Amino acid sequence: MANSQAMCTSFKQDLFNGLHAFGTSVVRGTTAADSFKAALYLVSGSLGAGTTAYSATSEVSGTGYTAGGTAITSWNAPTTSGTSAYTTPTASFAWTTVTLSTAFDTVLVYNNTASGKNAVSVHTFGSQTITAGNFTLTMPTNAAGTALLQIS
Amino acid sequence: MKMEGTIDNKVEYTTWVEYYIGTELVHRSAHVTLKEMPTFADGVSGSIG
Repeated sequence: MANSQAMCTSFKQDLFNGLHAFGTSVVRGTTAADSFKAALYLVSGSLGAGTTAYSATSEVSGTGYTAGGTAITSWNAPTTSGTSAYTTPTASFAWTTVTLSTAFDTVLVYNNTASGKNAVSVHTFGSQTITAGNFTLTMPTNAAGTALLQIS
Repeated sequence: MKMEGTIDNKVEYTTWVEYYIGTELVHRSAHVTLKEMPTFADGVSGSIG
């Protein structure tokens, strides 16, 4: 057995759980999990790795859609497999009886507890419109290689 | 008239349905199942020295 250089897998899991603070941290009033939301964005948007927080710019609008998006009710407990740490919401994101006439292709996951509404991740899919109907985003399998959020 | 379709690729499996009265679209719903997400970080630590 020899030593090997690595980022510890447990550290990756700890990141999901907010255990480490290398820089100036935030004051947390509770040990409870933060609340997160999912918001939809137009094809014309420019969200990506550079997105730092929720913004209404380029967010979809239409009948039945509330700015800021929908609450993510809960997450699978962050876990590890191999050298990956990952987590996925436990339920689909759903918008019912909405009309979203301008094409959208992106969902932003962001921290709704943080005062800055800090961004978590951006996910894209094929362009969609909805007319007096429902839009559902079903989550991928919560496993290494497929989970919605994964650090490998 | 009812129209249906699917998108199936590496990232998503999507089904959609549209209903028309004449040529007017009166209903469109879509269901996107995300399949595989990109890895957001490289778990590589820097070397020392």
